[in-house]
Amino acid sequence: MFYRENGQFKTSYRADQQIFGITQDRVGVLLLIAFAFVGVPFLADEYMFRAILVPFLILSLAALGVNILVGYCGQISLGSGAFMAVGAYAAFNFFVRVDGMPVVLAILLGGVFSTLVGMFFGIPSLRVKGLYLAVATLAAQFFCDWAFLRIKWFTNDSASGTASVADLQVWGYAITTPLAKYLFCLSFLVVFGLLAKNLVRGAIGREWMAIRDMDVAAAVIGIRPMYAKLSAFAVSSFIVGVAGGLWAFVYLGSWEPAAFSVDRSFQLLFMVILGGMGSVMGSFFGAAFIVVLPIAINQFLPVLGHLLGFNVDTAALTHTEFIVFGALIVWFLIVEPHGLARLWSVGKQKMRIWPFPH
Amino acid sequence: MTIRKLTLAIALVAGAVSALVPTASFAQAKEQFFPVLPYRSGAYAPNGVPWANGFVDYLKLINARDGGINGVKLTFEECDTAYATDRGVECYERLKGKASGAIFQPLSTGITFALTEKAPNDKNALITGGYGRSESSDGGVFKWNFPLMGTYWSGADILMQHITAKEGGNLKGKKIALVYHDSPYGKEPIILLQERAKMQGFDLSLLPVTAPGIEQKATWLQIRQNRPDYVLLWGWGVMNSAALKEAVATGYPREKMYGVWWSAGEPDVKDIGEAAKGYSGLVATGEGGAVIEDMKKFVHSKGQGTGPIEEVSSVLYNRGMVSAALGVEAVRRAQERFGKGKVMDGEQIRWGLENLAVDAKRLKALKLDSVMKPISTTCVDHEGSRSARVHTWDGKKWQYASDWIEADTSIIKPLVRQYADKYAAEKKLTRRDAKDCQT
Repeated sequence: MFYRENGQFKTSYRADQQIFGITQDRVGVLLLIAFAFVGVPFLADEYMFRAILVPFLILSLAALGVNILVGYCGQISLGSGAFMAVGAYAAFNFFVRVDGMPVVLAILLGGVFSTLVGMFFGIPSLRVKGLYLAVATLAAQFFCDWAFLRIKWFTNDSASGTASVADLQVWGYAITTPLAKYLFCLSFLVVFGLLAKNLVRGAIGREWMAIRDMDVAAAVIGIRPMYAKLSAFAVSSFIVGVAGGLWAFVYLGSWEPAAFSVDRSFQLLFMVILGGMGSVMGSFFGAAFIVVLPIAINQFLPVLGHLLGFNVDTAALTHTEFIVFGALIVWFLIVEPHGLARLWSVGKQKMRIWPFPH
Repeated sequence: MTIRKLTLAIALVAGAVSALVPTASFAQAKEQFFPVLPYRSGAYAPNGVPWANGFVDYLKLINARDGGINGVKLTFEECDTAYATDRGVECYERLKGKASGAIFQPLSTGITFALTEKAPNDKNALITGGYGRSESSDGGVFKWNFPLMGTYWSGADILMQHITAKEGGNLKGKKIALVYHDSPYGKEPIILLQERAKMQGFDLSLLPVTAPGIEQKATWLQIRQNRPDYVLLWGWGVMNSAALKEAVATGYPREKMYGVWWSAGEPDVKDIGEAAKGYSGLVATGEGGAVIEDMKKFVHSKGQGTGPIEEVSSVLYNRGMVSAALGVEAVRRAQERFGKGKVMDGEQIRWGLENLAVDAKRLKALKLDSVMKPISTTCVDHEGSRSARVHTWDGKKWQYASDWIEADTSIIKPLVRQYADKYAAEKKLTRRDAKDCQT
């Protein structure tokens, strides 16, 4: 009842081809974006911005990139952390070596370099797939870890091997306050989110999905596997690289290669699997789950312990956090193997047929 | 059904968190808040835990024995960083809002680098006692960083002085290898060692070990091939004992191995025992004395001790205790100027840290004379004191092998100046003038 497209007739090609075909979706997304830009700044405090919202936005963007590759094109990648690192370090080098380089341009150029690296490491996907491809992309991860740790040029010859940026400005506005950082990341996310949404329902997205579902059949009906796979690697690494640049520039400010270690790759992959493979919305759910839940558990447990009258010490807290978090992941995968996005679509379906479920 | 249950569970958890979190973060008047960023989990926990226990125990001691600082009670809250930079940043953001005037001591050079960019905006002082970035001892550029009691450059310098003395003053043509944790922490001493290599004519080889440092076979193969005259160990956590085990396996004499102060605690050698005999390392703190007796009397015998009592007065425990003491003394110093018995804010604490004047007499009064050296800071010198002793493992416990050695400022000062200026240029900062130093 709330969510029914009955009576919404498309009378022009333009109307038929818009990103959100259903009015409720369109209005909902617009309201959500408006709320994120206007409402959230009034509601969230500094901690919320800095420790939860900004990492959530950036990792959503990264998860979105990984989802294009893993969820839409079916190429399992464990090199996402590496592509984030390439984006971050390339952006850093453009930013510090070129005088007067705008931040946005530096981050986008970081994405471009990440694209190149991503395509290079995507070449094995033409021959191997599945777990073998995952191992091949793992090579990207280890290579980048090594390169950014050992090749001093990448870190502007910094003695300790850390790269850091300060004094970020966009058109005269300094990105130092939590709110500015939030809005900066949000703008990136909205632009890339809409672009990705548009891409995956277009010709190229359909090619990716065809390759994912059965690559031989896809090749038979005239889809070039090389083009489809490498374009998925390119688009995915570009978005992941931009997310890497944001993670380094906006969230950390000063970073070392460990910020983009293999753990990060796994984290992103888990986001996609938990959130929902092959779903743009799922990337956001997955990122929220993985970013927010540990922090929530970490803060919630001492309060719970306090209520029950015992003190939770820090070590136990961290370990419990891991246990609960791990258990929740397993539980989710058993209960809803298609990820959180599936819950979302089930919810939409229920709204559509409510109040007459049969 | 499952979905309903699930939504219910999520709603419950979310509701509970949002309802309870505000009540958890109340701050009362007359309480000085000390955030603690320890790591009691993860690969570095064996070394992180004694440090954190010492840190927290000292805060408890001040409350139990003195009733706080001039009547201001100390409160604290821990947030486990697991030595990971992003978790450290989250913890920082979480704890900094709890009260004004928080001093952060992250016990991780990586986290220090990240917080160095954030602390000045939030007006929170960073004490990085014995770690952090070495050039931050220049208070003219790093207004909010306090690498008290020695930076890695000081540490490397002290070790090299000790080795030079051992070799009769001449290191020409000697081969020295630095086995280091491949992270900002391990890379810090390289600049100073290179400078010294140029000056003294020894041959420096750099052997990185990938974190967390369990796998060191390749590194020790290189050592077996090159046979360096000395090995400097810049490891942390499990890497230290792994290095010593590899040294035993390779047959490299432990007498030729020297660790920095983070590589020469009990957890590093205990499991190896006799085999680690002869291994030496720096120690910037002392042991025993009045403060330890008080600790046992006021904290541990009351059942308030954070860790086991056997750990009290171990190297890393004392280091944590002294780190907490530095923070406490900064607050005390700030109170002397801005009002005794008041809660200090960030700017006031920074003034206190910048004007620390803890001489031998004062140390005795504070009962800390057995565990630390006098320390006095200025606006320009944020390091305060830069001396340490060398101690050697005799198979059962650490024995002092040298007197206090002071780092050679004639080498370090120009380097600090150079790299601080480089940082200032990168960040487009200007040096603080004399007027700014008064604030």
